[in-house]
Amino acid sequence: MRALAWHGKHDVRMDTVDDPEIVNPRDCIIKVTSTAICGSDLHLYDGYIPTMQAGDVLGHEFMGEVVEVGAKSTLKKGQRVVVPFTISCGSCYHCNKHQYSACPNGLPADNQDIAMSLYGQEMSGLFGYSHMTGGYAGGQAEYVRVPFSDVGPIVIPDGVDDDKVLFLSDILPTGWQAAEYAQIEPGDTVAVWGCGPVGLFAVQSAFLMGAERVIAIDHFPHRLELAKRFGAEVVNFEESATYEALMEMTGGIGPDAVIDAVGLEAHGLFVDNVIDQIKASTFLGTDRPHSIRQAIIACRKGGRVSMPAVYGGFVDKFPLGAFMEKGLTLKTGQTHVQHYMPGLLNAIMEGKIDTEFLISHRLPLEDAPQGYKMFHDQQNEVTKIVLKPGMAAA
Amino acid sequence: MTTPADVAQDDAPAASSKHDAAAAVTEGLAEGKGSSVAGRPVTINRPVEEVFAYFRDFANLPHFMENVVSITVADRQRSHWVVKAPGGATVEWDARITDEEENRLIAWTSEPGADVANSGRVTFRDAGARGTVVTATIAYDPPGGLIGKVIAKMFQREPAIQARRDLRRFKQLLETGEIATPAMNPKQFEEMGL
Repeated sequence: MRALAWHGKHDVRMDTVDDPEIVNPRDCIIKVTSTAICGSDLHLYDGYIPTMQAGDVLGHEFMGEVVEVGAKSTLKKGQRVVVPFTISCGSCYHCNKHQYSACPNGLPADNQDIAMSLYGQEMSGLFGYSHMTGGYAGGQAEYVRVPFSDVGPIVIPDGVDDDKVLFLSDILPTGWQAAEYAQIEPGDTVAVWGCGPVGLFAVQSAFLMGAERVIAIDHFPHRLELAKRFGAEVVNFEESATYEALMEMTGGIGPDAVIDAVGLEAHGLFVDNVIDQIKASTFLGTDRPHSIRQAIIACRKGGRVSMPAVYGGFVDKFPLGAFMEKGLTLKTGQTHVQHYMPGLLNAIMEGKIDTEFLISHRLPLEDAPQGYKMFHDQQNEVTKIVLKPGMAAA
Repeated sequence: MTTPADVAQDDAPAASSKHDAAAAVTEGLAEGKGSSVAGRPVTINRPVEEVFAYFRDFANLPHFMENVVSITVADRQRSHWVVKAPGGATVEWDARITDEEENRLIAWTSEPGADVANSGRVTFRDAGARGTVVTATIAYDPPGGLIGKVIAKMFQREPAIQARRDLRRFKQLLETGEIATPAMNPKQFEEMGL
């Protein structure tokens, strides 16, 4: 089959690799019909995530048609499913608590040592996202082997377009969980750093959860425009000073909840960010946490900090004093996708959440390397690229 | 030698001691002065009766112990082990159960004449709604000579990691019915080991 494989920093290629087969009884194989490039794929593309190996097949946002099932899969051939990016067993302590992204049973035992030493505990397995998360082949491919297919994938009713439901795999539940973790109360003002896909879904979700105002922060005009479409007020950090703007806009109180949807590759010419970039390039630090610093400083006293943004290692100058003195609460983590999928599928079907607005480009899977370059280089115009294995080249 | 009583000033289990308390845990189990390794405990979300019964049938152990090729059970006490060694070779021994308390403890030791003298002790503790806490302590006493050195390298440097990974696989098998793998097909799964 054809698949998008990582070969190094800014080097991804379409390779021909073996078709996947059923290995474990709960597996299924799906024929991919749509798969997206995620913002977190750019972290791999930029070489920020350790334990990648040349030839690793990327992609963790995908859906398709079930073509083969293992003896214990509950799926049937021909069903259309969206696959959660976290590989969770559904029967361990964490899964029983719906903490699906904490499930240790999808992560091969040999891959658990890396996270054990880095984080103290093992993580869950993820598709197409380095060997620390299991070394699973991802979904930017014609076919994927999906473990625990009896509890993970969600079946999509006939007649519903891929583009409407594809984002159930990651970014929609991630944006929703981010808003939920902000513990929004009626009348709240919520500030969201980053108007990428997760930030934009967090904006929509925050309003659905009762936020009175949402303030979205970015520097790409088109992305700010999208946030505006959902009713957010916007701050372009190249035009205005973010902290001052937020204080002005909230009567000197600060936002009740802040959401960092930017993460370890923050943009912008801020002193701390430039120093972080130098540190990251010389391995004195691993992450560039400008957005979370700013969010903590801006947040009102007693407020909530939600951090869907991905961080991988260590940060310097974390404003721990501000965090403590203001009595903030922080909630974060990889998304418990399986927990949110059914409710969000209903919300999409009922027209409460718009998903298709996000897609700026649809490309054949064969053009995936070009897609990565576009997504990386043109972040204003390129908001989301969906790859279609069956689509004829332009 | 140092005993846990000499070093333990807190309530932490012996396995987390900064001193060689693990040796004391298995004292008298192995022939000679074997080097011992205590694996970290795992909590398995299954009832203690089920976890104990699965482990008590030694024929099941190769399903999650990566280096164990086969275990032939002779009777309630005795079994024959075939274990992978470096360079594609195998080492073998007969083992005998030395201690057993239902749903609490299984201990075994190799009989005289083993290629690698060894012993093990696995404890099971009912953890209520969280299932069963399993802790394994394994001791090896490799032979002398060059081959002994190679075997020692495999059994002494790695067994801590091996025991930990084996316990994780045990957990996966009992909780999910299978062992997680990124393999793309059954052949690759076999080549990768468990």
